[in-house]
Order: sequence, then structure tokens, then C-alpha cells
Amino acid sequence: MNIIEKILARASGKSEVAPGEIVEANIDVAMIHDLTGPLAIESFRRIGAEKVWDSQRIVIILDHIVPASSVESAELHNVVRSFAKEQKIENFYDIGQGGVCHQVMPEKGHVRPGELIVGADSHTCTYGAFGAFATGIGSTEMAAVFVTGTLWFKVPRAIKVNVTGRFQDLVTPKDLILNIISQIKVDGAIYDGIEFAGPTIRNMSIDGRMVLCNMAVEIGAKTGIIEPDETTSNYVKSRTTKPFEPVKSDPDAVYKKVLDVDVSDMEPQVSCPHSIDNVKPISEVEEVRVDQAFVGSCTNGRLEDLRLAARLLEGRNVKKGVRMLVTPASQEVYLQALKEGLTKTFVEAGAYVCNPTCGPCIGGHLGLLAPGEVCISSSNRNFIGRMGSPKAYVYLASPATVAASAVTGKITDPRMLEEVNN
Amino acid sequence: MTIYGKAIKFGDNVDTDVILPGQYLVLTDPMELAKHAMEGLDPTFARKIRDGAIIVAGKNFGCGSSREQAPLALKYAGVKCVLAESFARIFYRNAITIGLPVLECPRVSSMVREEDELVVDLRVGEVKNKSKSLILQATKLPEFVLEILSDGGLVEHLRRRIGSK
Repeated sequence: MNIIEKILARASGKSEVAPGEIVEANIDVAMIHDLTGPLAIESFRRIGAEKVWDSQRIVIILDHIVPASSVESAELHNVVRSFAKEQKIENFYDIGQGGVCHQVMPEKGHVRPGELIVGADSHTCTYGAFGAFATGIGSTEMAAVFVTGTLWFKVPRAIKVNVTGRFQDLVTPKDLILNIISQIKVDGAIYDGIEFAGPTIRNMSIDGRMVLCNMAVEIGAKTGIIEPDETTSNYVKSRTTKPFEPVKSDPDAVYKKVLDVDVSDMEPQVSCPHSIDNVKPISEVEEVRVDQAFVGSCTNGRLEDLRLAARLLEGRNVKKGVRMLVTPASQEVYLQALKEGLTKTFVEAGAYVCNPTCGPCIGGHLGLLAPGEVCISSSNRNFIGRMGSPKAYVYLASPATVAASAVTGKITDPRMLEEVNN
Repeated sequence: MTIYGKAIKFGDNVDTDVILPGQYLVLTDPMELAKHAMEGLDPTFARKIRDGAIIVAGKNFGCGSSREQAPLALKYAGVKCVLAESFARIFYRNAITIGLPVLECPRVSSMVREEDELVVDLRVGEVKNKSKSLILQATKLPEFVLEILSDGGLVEHLRRRIGSK
């Protein structure tokens, strides 16, 4: 069995499972946030339930529209707050205590190798970076989990992506995942699981691994996952004292498909409007002027991303006429960015540093785009209307490419920044 | 479980951000959500389908976010069923959960034209195109999914199960 099959077998009390099989599995951790939580809570009440199955296994994080941008969003926050209090859910992260859910979950020790985690958010697959099986579900299914502690799953087929080679300077895991997406295509992994493996992954930091698993959903995958190793254990042990059992794929595990990717000659990649798989190497992107540049989100708002963006902005300025927004993924990332002087670099360069939130990425609040505007973003989706007006254009790239583009005012290869006359 | 309606067509990879743009996720009344259904692709959609319709689409319908508000908006706007060549998995599960029937139907995009009259038999997994006198075979839904749909959704299904214990 591969790692996904092993986790689903363990969680459903079976010795073996096979792709296509439907299993009823016990959930280890369940997460909701301020936009999917209220509907889950309403469904929970409509089912007629009074108590959640296990308050210790539920995590609630306010992150999507924080702080409240309207009376409506303030009300949603209160629905979630009172539910957390009523159900005695201790793992509740209010505004100022957490940040973007997919960063907060591992930071606060709620993600452990070998576990089965569901979240009422599509990017829940991010936790695969820690060797957990994690996937997004809807609000009412989450209500059913709150009542029963179980959920049905169809065991997915798995695609293995073997990654080799060393990244060139300023080429990042974001460029790798955009490249993989362009090869598999937006609907190429519907219902499948994706296992990232190979020496490049073994040498990759936790921050980088999270970028890969985070975007597995963009090609339809149920989850992205990476076998846990020493890097994983070191991180998880620094975050929780709870025990965990790492799971690995058997040498004879079966895959639907194996894709080999060598990153040695890879250049920065850009996903062009309005489809995630419309990816071009940056040398093939014709001149595109930008109005807004965004570094943040559950994909690329981590410390490694902020360091990279700051490295490019150090001693330079955001071009006049361009707005640059930076949202650290969590309070912890924010604080560390302050300590390292990254925030100072951003502010001195003329970037606007906002609080940890999902706001700009989902077109919820902070920096929505007007018709005809162009944004280069380190986030994960460039659907029509994703970041504001349906007539705006969103290009996705690494934090390095975003920062370089903010400096020049047009989409720019970060490796060329030294040569560009600022 | 038979559904009658006229086809309204969309292409491949219709994502949840065009089905229900993120800025409306703060709305909690399903009738309010319904007013913005499909706004990203066709701002007149909600008005156009007041009398009910069956959505016919290509591959990967409902890709993107996990927002249950997307199928809810469609259901309350009057969509009776979605037929697509394939679905994104979270949308697929959400639609069933809230009691909006969804069927995977190979070649449906090319075999159905806008406004064609359709009859969908959920139990058998069959789509009849009355306008063209054609019958299309869809992927049959598992029994437990049909049960959830016939109860009207997962909440009603669980209430019935808990109530009958």
C-alpha cells in the first residue's frame, strides 16, 4: 500500500484498502473557519445534535475576513465564538491569536504524521506536507463529523511525482508546483492523491513542502502528501508533545501514474489568467504591467517567502503606481518577520504590510481589484473574479517574482532584477 | 426520483468562485446567495432560470474552494440537477449533502444543446434528451447517496437516522 492507503486503512480499522473502495473512517482532527464554520454550526443544530463528538479534536480559527470588514462578518465571528465557548472547544484561535488556518494548524501542533484530518476549506490538503492524510470537505459534512466523528471516503488512486535536481537561486517550490500543474492540468488529478517524492523533496524545508501540498487541490486532487522524515519529525516535535506514528509507502506500492520532474534548469513560472494550468516559463511571458503585487496566503505567506521578498526589496522601492501588499501567514510569522527586520524592509520599500488573513486571496477584503487591473500574486487561484472584479487579471508566481515585479512595475524574472534599471 | 427541466449550458472547469464569488460568503440567507448564482459568468443567470433548469457542463464542474454556498446558491436559484462530464470532488460531495442531485454523464456537453428538454432518472442513472430523442447513460449513484438525496440532504438524512434509532 502507499502512504494514503495505509492512513485510510488505519483510520477505518482495516488491514488493507484498495483504490475505489468506500470506507468509513475515524477523524483525528477537524477544522473550521469563519466563512465555513457558521454554516457547519447551523447544520449541526438542524441535525438536532447538542454536543460535539470530541471537543479536543476540533480546531476553530478565525482567518478569512479578519478583522471584521462589515457587520455581517462580525456577526459570523460571533456565531463561531459562541459555539466554541458552548462546546468547550479549547483550540479556538481568535483574531490576534493565530492567523491563516493552514499555517496555524501545524504551528500549534494540530497536524501530526499518519493522522486523518478534515477541514472545511479546500486547502486543507496542505497538511500532507507532514505526512498526514488531509482533505477539504463542505460545511454540512463537517457538521456530520462534529456529530459522529466519522466520514466516508473513497480511497483515491495515487499519482507519484518524483522530483530531482537542485533549484537555481530564486527559483522556488512555487515554481515547481506551477510547473507540475501545467503538466497534469487543472482536471488531471480529479479524485486522485498526489505523493511528492525524490531527493529534491527530501532536501526541501517544511515551508517549501507546504507550498507543494497546498496546491494539489488546484489540479483536482483529494490530497497532496509527502512521506515524513527527520525534517518532519523535528518540526512536529517542536510543536506538540502528543505522540504520532509516521507512515511510509511500501516499496511495491501501486501508483496510477509516475511523473518525473527535474528542477535543475527550471526557470521561474507564471500562471496566467484565468486558469491555473495556463503556466508559462517567465521568459515566455510578454510584457505585462501590474497594478498590484501580493505576497501572502496559505500558499506563500510563510517566513521563507517573506525573507525572499525582502531580499529582493532591500534597498529598492516599489515602483510608483504599483501597490504592494504583504500579509504574513500568522502572528508567529509576523513576529519573526519583525525580529528579522523584514517588516522594516517592506515598509521602507513602500509595501503595505497587512495583518494575517485570507482577505486579498479570496477577494474578501483588503485590496480587491478594480475592472481592468492586473495583480501578480503569490496565492493559489486566478479564477475569474477571484481577487475582486470579474474583469481583473490575476497572475500567480513565487514571492520572489512578485517582489521583483513590484519593483519594476511589470512581470519580472527575479534573477534579472540586478540588471534592471530601477 | 425523476427530474424534468430545460438545459442551460456551461463549459469546462466552472469554478466555485464564478458559481458564487467570495465577496458574498458573508451572506447567510440561501435566497440571498441565490441572487448571485453564476454571477462570475452570467450576471443574468438567477433571473433567467427562475422557473427551474438543469445545468449541463463539461469537465471538472465546481473546481476550487470548498464553499458549500456554491451548490446552495444554485439550488435556491432553481437549479434542479447538474449534469457534467466530471465534477471536482468537494463540490460533488457538497451538492449531494445539500440535496442538489449531480450526475456524471460522459459526452453530455456534445449531446445536449441549450434549452433542450431533459428527463433525468436518478435511480437508473439515465438522461433522456426529449428534444433530440436521445438517451444518455450516466454514472449511477451508489445506494447510500440516493438515500441521502431522497431524504432531501444529509441533515434530513441524519435526523431521520437519529430519530429512527
